[in-house]
Amino acid sequence: MARDDIRLHVVSGKGGTGKTTVAAALALALATGGRRTLLVEVEGRQGIAQLFDVPPLPYTERKVAVAPGGGDVYALAIDAEEAMLDYLDMFYSLRRAGSALRRMGAIEFATTIAPGLRDVLLTGKFCEAVKRQEDGEFVYDAVVVDAPPTGRVTRFLNVNREVADIAKVGPIRSQADSVMRVINSPHTAVHLVTLLEEMPVQETIDGVEALHNNGLPSGQIIVNMLRTPLLDDDELAAASEGTLDRDAITADLKAAGVIGRRGATTAALVEALIDEARDHAERVELERQERDRLDRLGLPIVSLPLVEGGIDLTALYDLATQLREQGLR
Amino acid sequence: MTTPAKKPRARATPAAPPARPATWDVDALIDNEATRIIVCCGSGGVGKTTTAAALGLRAAERGRRVCVMTIDPARRLAQSMGLTELDNEPRPVSGVQGDGELSAMMLDMKRTFDEMVEGHADADRAEQILSNPFYQALSSSFAGTQEYMAMEKLGRLRATADSEGTWDLIIVDTPPSRSALDFLDAPARMGSFLDGRFIRLLTAPARSAGKGFGRLVSTGFGMFTSVLTKVIGGQVLKDLQAFVGAFEALFGGFRERAEATYSLLQEEGTSFVVVAVPERDALREASYFVERLKADQMPLAGLVLNRVQATGAPMLSEEQALAGAERLDEAEEGELTSALLHLHAQRMATLSRQHHLADRFSGAHPGVAVAEVPAFAGDVHDLEGLRRVGRFLAGELSR
Repeated sequence: MARDDIRLHVVSGKGGTGKTTVAAALALALATGGRRTLLVEVEGRQGIAQLFDVPPLPYTERKVAVAPGGGDVYALAIDAEEAMLDYLDMFYSLRRAGSALRRMGAIEFATTIAPGLRDVLLTGKFCEAVKRQEDGEFVYDAVVVDAPPTGRVTRFLNVNREVADIAKVGPIRSQADSVMRVINSPHTAVHLVTLLEEMPVQETIDGVEALHNNGLPSGQIIVNMLRTPLLDDDELAAASEGTLDRDAITADLKAAGVIGRRGATTAALVEALIDEARDHAERVELERQERDRLDRLGLPIVSLPLVEGGIDLTALYDLATQLREQGLR
Repeated sequence: MTTPAKKPRARATPAAPPARPATWDVDALIDNEATRIIVCCGSGGVGKTTTAAALGLRAAERGRRVCVMTIDPARRLAQSMGLTELDNEPRPVSGVQGDGELSAMMLDMKRTFDEMVEGHADADRAEQILSNPFYQALSSSFAGTQEYMAMEKLGRLRATADSEGTWDLIIVDTPPSRSALDFLDAPARMGSFLDGRFIRLLTAPARSAGKGFGRLVSTGFGMFTSVLTKVIGGQVLKDLQAFVGAFEALFGGFRERAEATYSLLQEEGTSFVVVAVPERDALREASYFVERLKADQMPLAGLVLNRVQATGAPMLSEEQALAGAERLDEAEEGELTSALLHLHAQRMATLSRQHHLADRFSGAHPGVAVAEVPAFAGDVHDLEGLRRVGRFLAGELSR
C-alpha cells in the first residue's frame, strides 16, 4: 500500500515499547522535505515535551521541531477538559458558563464519568486537525497520534460504540459519527509498536485481532529497540552449542594484546566471552521465534534499532531517517 | 512494626565494581510467620508478576501456605502455575516441593466488583445494580477500578485466610500502571471522586427529598444538571443517581469503603516489596514509592532489581575490549573474536550504566536493602525458572 496517502497515523503498543518515541520519529519522518505534521498526545503525560526538550505543551498547536529538508513538526497535548469547554462553546455557546462549571469541578466530573465522552472529545480534536483546510489545502500533511496502549486503543478509537449509551442523537452523536468517518477512512492507519519479547508480541497479536474484529485499519508493525546480531548463523549455532573454537579465540586475544586486569588468565576470559556469546545466541533465537510470530500476521513490519543511553534529539532524527528508508514517508 | 529485613548484611562483592551497599535477606522475610501479606509494587513492565510468583513459590517450598494473586501474567507463566481459566478464585499449583502449599489466582476485576455487590445485597437489588449501565462502565473501564478491586480482593482473601485458615501468607502483584503510586492512590481517588461534591448534589434529591437546598447550591446545581443533561444525556444522570444511591445504601459510601480497604495495607504483618529494573524511569518510580511508604508509615521490606546485567569477565573493561577488537579489525583477522569483544563491550557499557543508576538509588535511599536478579536470555515461564529467580532473590545464586 502506498503510505503517502495515509493522513492519520495512530501509534499504539504495549507500555514500555517506546511508542511515544516512535510516534515522534514518525512525525519527523513525515515532515521531512518541507511538509507539515502534527504530533498529538492524549494522556496528559507530557512525553512529547520531554522528548523534544521543550517546556510542557499547552492546549494549542505549537512548533516543536524542524525536520530535515525544512519540514515542520507541530505538537499538541489534548486535554479532555479543555476539549469539553471548546465543545460547550461550539455547540451551546456556553464558554462562560463552562468556565464557571470548570471552577466547580463539574467539567472534570463530566469528562471522567460519562462513558465514552472523554474519548469522543480527544479523538474529535485530532480528527478535526486531520480534516482542517486553509485555502483549499490541508493544514497538516499528516497527523500522528501517540495513542493509549494496545489494550485500550480499540475502545479509544471505536467511539461510536462507546457513546451509543449516552447519545442516540444530538451533537455528541454527530461528533462521534464524524470521528468514525475519519478513522474508518482509507487514509488512516493504526501502527503497533512492539519489542521482540513474548509479552509485547502477544499483545500485538491480540491487538491486531481486536482492530480487525472492530473494522479498524491496521497499519505497520514497528519492531523497536532491535539489536543487530553480531554473529552470523554458523557462529550463533556454535555459540549456543558451546563449540566455538577456543584455541583460535585464545590466539586472537593474544594477538590483539587483550589481557584482563588483575592477572586474570586468558583462559578465564575466553570462557567468559563464550558464555556471553551463548547468552547472545539464546536471545537471538528467542527474538527470531517472536519475529516469526509477527510475520505470520501478514502485516508490513519495519524495525528500529536500540539506542544505547537514551533518546535525545539526534537519536530521534536518526530514527526518523530509518523510518523513511523503510518506506514510512 | 517489625520487618525482618531491617538489618542488611554487608557482603563484599569482589568482582563487581562498585560494591553494593546492602544485601537483602529475603528468606528472613518469607520465613517469618508474622509476615502475612507481601505487596509487590513497581511501574509497569519491571517483572512484578514474576517476582510475586517466585517469592510465593519459594515461601511455599520453605513450608508456608501461600496464595499468590497475579494481575496480568504472561500466558505461559500463567499456564505453568495452572492458571488456565480466569475464575477469580485461588487454585492449588501442582509441582510444588516440600511441605508447604501454593495457590494462585488471576484477578478478574469485573467479577470482583460483581461479587462485592452480590455479597452485600439481596438478589433483586444486586440485579438492579449489576444491570445499571453506569455500573457496567464503572466496573469494566473506569481508571482506578483495577487497583481498587485488587485491594478489595486482597481484603477478601485475607478474610478467608483468617476464618478458614487456608493460607498464612498472601502475596499480591499490583496492576500494570505507569506509576507505582497508582496502586496506593487509586482507591482513595476513586472513593473521593464517587463520594465528591457533585455526586452528593446529584444524589441529594433522592437522599433528602423535600429538605431543599440553599439558593446558591441549587442555582449551581440547576446549571450543572442542565448542561450535563445536554452533553451526556438525561438517562446517564438517572443511571448514575440510581447507582450511587443503591451503592451507598449497601456500603455506606465509597470513601469509607476505600479507606477501610486501604487500612489493610497499614496493618501489622503487611510488607511491601518494590520491584524495578536498573533503568532511569523505573528507578525514579521506585524512589517515589519508597518515599511514599515512609510517609504513610508502611513497612518496606526491600527493593528487587530485575534484569541486572551480568558478566563473567568484569576484568575486561569496555575500552579494553573495544581496543582489542579494533586491533583485530585493522589486521583483518579474528573476525569472530572481534565480534565477541564487541558483544562484551556492549555488555560492560550496559553494566556500568546500570551500576551508576543503582548506586544513585542506594545513595538516595541508603536504608533500602536490595536483591538483584540477573537478566535472563529468555522469559521465565515454568516453576523451575521461578525457583531459580527465588534463589537469586535469596542470594543463594549471584550474578
